Amino acid sequence: MTFRYLPMTDHDKRSMLDSIGVESTDVLFSDIPEKVRFKGDLNIKPAASEPELMKELSQLAGENINTKDYTSFLGAGVYDHYIPSIVDHVLSRSEFYTAYTPYQPEISQGELQAIFEFQTMISELTGMEVSNSSMYDGGTSLAEAVTLSAGQTKKKKVLVSKAIHPHSLEVIHSYAMGQNIEVVEIEARDGLTNLSMLADELDEETAGVVIQYPNFFGQIEPLEDVQEILKDSKAMFIVSSNPLALGYLTPPGEFGADIVVGDTQVFGIPAQFGGPHCGYFATTKKLMRKVPGRLVGQTQDEEGRRGFVLTLQAREQHIRRDKATSNICSNQALNALGTSVALSALGKKGIKEMAYQNMQKARYAKKQFEEAGFQVLYSNAFFNEFVLQVQGSVTTLNEKLQEKGMIGGLDLERIHSDLGGHMLVAVTEMRTKEEIDRFVKELGDVYA
Amino acid sequence: MRNEDFPLIFEHSQEGRVGFSLPDLDVPEVDLNVEVPYVRNIDANLPEVSELQIMRHYTALSKRNHGVDSGFYPLGSCTMKYNPKMNEDVARMPGFSHIHPLQAPESVQGALGLMYDLQTSLEAITGMDQVTLQPAAGAHGEWTGLMMIRAYHEANGDYNRTKVIVPDSAHGTNPASATVAGFEAVTVKSNEKGLVDLEDLKRVVDENTAALMLTNPNTLGLFEEEILDMAEIIHEAGGKLYYDGANLNAILGYARPGDMGFDVVHLNLHKTFTGPHGGGGPGSGPVGVKSDLAPYLPKPIVTKVQERYVFDDNRPDSIGRVKPYFGNFGINVRAYTYIRTMGANGLKQVSEYAVLNANYMMRELEKDFDLPFSQHCKHEFVLSGKRQKKLGVRTLDMAKRLLDFGYHPPTIYFPLNVEEAMMVEPTETEAKETLDEFIGAMRQIHKEASDNPEIVQEAPHTTIVGRMDETTAARKPVLRYQK
Repeated sequence: MTFRYLPMTDHDKRSMLDSIGVESTDVLFSDIPEKVRFKGDLNIKPAASEPELMKELSQLAGENINTKDYTSFLGAGVYDHYIPSIVDHVLSRSEFYTAYTPYQPEISQGELQAIFEFQTMISELTGMEVSNSSMYDGGTSLAEAVTLSAGQTKKKKVLVSKAIHPHSLEVIHSYAMGQNIEVVEIEARDGLTNLSMLADELDEETAGVVIQYPNFFGQIEPLEDVQEILKDSKAMFIVSSNPLALGYLTPPGEFGADIVVGDTQVFGIPAQFGGPHCGYFATTKKLMRKVPGRLVGQTQDEEGRRGFVLTLQAREQHIRRDKATSNICSNQALNALGTSVALSALGKKGIKEMAYQNMQKARYAKKQFEEAGFQVLYSNAFFNEFVLQVQGSVTTLNEKLQEKGMIGGLDLERIHSDLGGHMLVAVTEMRTKEEIDRFVKELGDVYA
Repeated sequence: MRNEDFPLIFEHSQEGRVGFSLPDLDVPEVDLNVEVPYVRNIDANLPEVSELQIMRHYTALSKRNHGVDSGFYPLGSCTMKYNPKMNEDVARMPGFSHIHPLQAPESVQGALGLMYDLQTSLEAITGMDQVTLQPAAGAHGEWTGLMMIRAYHEANGDYNRTKVIVPDSAHGTNPASATVAGFEAVTVKSNEKGLVDLEDLKRVVDENTAALMLTNPNTLGLFEEEILDMAEIIHEAGGKLYYDGANLNAILGYARPGDMGFDVVHLNLHKTFTGPHGGGGPGSGPVGVKSDLAPYLPKPIVTKVQERYVFDDNRPDSIGRVKPYFGNFGINVRAYTYIRTMGANGLKQVSEYAVLNANYMMRELEKDFDLPFSQHCKHEFVLSGKRQKKLGVRTLDMAKRLLDFGYHPPTIYFPLNVEEAMMVEPTETEAKETLDEFIGAMRQIHKEASDNPEIVQEAPHTTIVGRMDETTAARKPVLRYQK
C-alpha cells in the first residue's frame, strides 16, 4: 500500500541507499539491539482510505449530541458564544497553523505580531501592565500563578476560594503538591467566598490569595473588599477571570490584582470537548521577569524597521534548564490567534454589547424561572450564570431535556455532593427569548 | 510608526467602525447599574475595524510567516512534518468541535469511544499498559509522568528519592520539569559516541535516584544502544526509567519504549502524530505507564464498561487532575485520524523514510560540514559549524543565510554538547528533490563562507525585515501597544 503523505518512490529509495552506501534501510536500524526490536505488526486498526475514514469518523461524530443542533444552557467554564466566521478563515491560513514557535523572527513576523496584539488586548481587558503569549488553559494558568506567588514571596501557603472552578482547584492541588505548597480552601457562603474566613486565614506565611471573578456560580465577587483585606499583606492577589465579563465589569487590575489569569475560550474558540482552549496570564511590570511561558516584545531591525521577537527568554526552560520559572515550552498560539481575530471583530463596542446581552438574557431567564415558581439561589450580582433549585435529580432532568432538543445546565451534584437538586444555568447571547421561554416551560412541565 | 512599518491592527482602528454582528436584544432590559457594583468606566481599547480590514490584516500577517506548507522546515527535534488537511476537516465536524466537556457522558459516546481507541492505539505503539490523554503538551506530560513517579516512590515509603538524572544532551525541558515536580536534576555525561556514558551513569546513580529521563534516539539523533544496561542500572537502584517521546518518529514499529525497559512515556502528538504546531501550540502530551504506575495516573481515565464508555473518577491513588476536562481533545482527534490513515504498516514506513531521509542528508552534508558522530543516525542528525567558524562564519549566520533560500533553518546551538550545532530533521514527508535542493543550498553557503563570507555574515538579504535588535528588546521590554 502506498500513502499519500509519503512521497518516496522505490527509485528514490534505491538511489538514496546507494548514496549512503548501504544495502537496505534495515541496516540503518541495526543499532537497535536485537532484544528490543519489535517483531510483527503493531496491534492497531488497519489503515483506511480517505473516503472510508471520513465516513466512519463522520458517523462517530454524529453519535455526539452537539451544541449546534441542541440548545445549550450548559456553561461552567466553557460557553456557547458567537464565533464570527472570519475566525476560522484566518486560522485556516496554513502559514499560521503549520508553523513552529517563532524562533526565526525574519520569517515569523506574522505570528510574532499577532501574539503582540494578543498581549495588548489581554492587558487592555484585565487592566494589567503586561500579558504573556498564552498558557495551556485557564486552570493550568491559575496553577502557574499560584506557584509563581510562592516562588516570588518565598512562602509556602496559598488561600484559594472554593468558589473557583472545581477543576482549577484540583489542578492547583496537583501543582502545589509538586512544589510542596500548602493549599487552604476558603469556603463559599451564599455563593460568594467567605471573606471573614479569608481574613482569618491570612497571615505572614501566605504567598497568595486566589479569587474567581465572576466565580464558578456566576456571582460577582466583591474584589474591593478582598483588596481591603490584602492592603497590609505581602500576599499576592491572584484573580481568575472570564475575560468576556471584563468587557463590562471593572477589570481586576483596578483592584490591585498582582496576577490575572483565565481562559479566552469565550472569544472565538469552540468548546471541542474541553480543549484546546487558551489560558491567559497577565501581571504587573514588577513581575514581568518571572512570568511563565513566552513573551513577545517590540524592537527594530538593523534598518530601524519595527519588528517583534520572543524576549526575556532568560526565564525559560531552554536557557535556564532546572532554574527556569516554569517548564512550559508551548503556548496556545493558534487559539490565541483565534481570540485576537474574534476580539478584533467584536472591537471596543462589540465586547460591551456581547457582555451586556449575556447579563440581560441571564436576568430574563432568572426572572422567568422565578415567576414559574422556581427558586434561584443567591441574591448577589451575577454575570451570565445562576444556580437553579429543582426537585429531584438534575441528571434525570437533563435526560428529559435532551429528548426535547436541549442541553440543560450542569448538575452541581457532580461537583459538590451537597448540591444535589441544583443546576448551574448559563445563558449567553446565543440564546433567544423563545429558547429561554421554552427551556423554562419544559422544566416546569416536568413537574406538572 | 515609520512609513515602512507594518501596521498593527490597532493602527487601522477608526471610531465607529464595527466588525461584528449580534442580534438586537430580544428580552426586556433591566437597569444593570442598580445591581452590578463594578462597571467598567474606561472601555478596553480594542480595535474598531471592518471585517475586510481584519481579513486583509491577518492575510498580510500570514504572508509574513513561514509554515510547513510554505516550504521545507528541517527544524531538528520538532518533527515539522506535513499536517494532513483531512485531520483539520475531521476536527471541525460539529460532533467533535461543538461538544461540551460537561455534557452527560451518555450524550458523547462517540467522543469517548475515540479517546478510548486512541488510548489503546498509543498503548500498542509504545508498549505501555495504560495511557492518559490529559496532559496538554510534552512538558506537561513530563511533569505528569514525574509526579506519578514521585507518588509511586512515596507510596513505597521512599521519601528520599529526590534526584532525577538527565543526560547533558537533553532538552532543557527535562531538568525544568524535574524541578517543577519537586526533584533535583542531576546530569549524566555523554561519551565520545554521543551516547550516555554508562560509567558516569553508575557514578551518579544512588539510593536517592527517583528516575532517569531519556530521549531515545537521543537529541543527537543516535539510538542509545546500551538501553537495556541502562534500564538495569536504574531499576537495580530502585529508580524508574522515563521516556521523552520527542523523537518517537524514528522508531515507530521498529522498537517500543515499553520493550526497552521504560516505565513512563510521554508523547508529543503534535510532532509524531501530525497535530499542527500552530505557531507554538496547542500541543497534546499523552502519558503511558507500566501497570505498577497505573494507579497514579491523573483522573479521570476513559474506560469501557459493557460496550459503553465512562469516565473513571474513582482512583484514590491518582496524582489528581493535571488539566481541566480531558486534555486537548481537538488535537487528539487529529492524531487519531492520522493513526487510522496510516495503520501499522504505514507507521513503520513513516519511521523508515524519516530515517532514510536523515541518513541521506547527513552523508551528503558531511562532505562540507563537520559531523561529530559518524554512525548511522535515526530521524535527525547534528552537524557542527566548526569548520566554517574558522572562516569567520558562525552557525547563526548560516541559519540566517538559509532564509534567503526560502528555508526554515535547522535547530541551532542545540544540543549544548556540540559546538556551533546545527540539528537537522527532514521528516518522512519530504520528497528527495526537496532534500537535494536543500543540500545544494547548504553547499553553496559553505562555498560562500570561504569565497565571500560577508554575504553569509550579513544575511538575510531577502526577508521582509533584517536581523532584530534582541538586546534592546530584552533591556527595555515593550510587550504591548500603547497609543
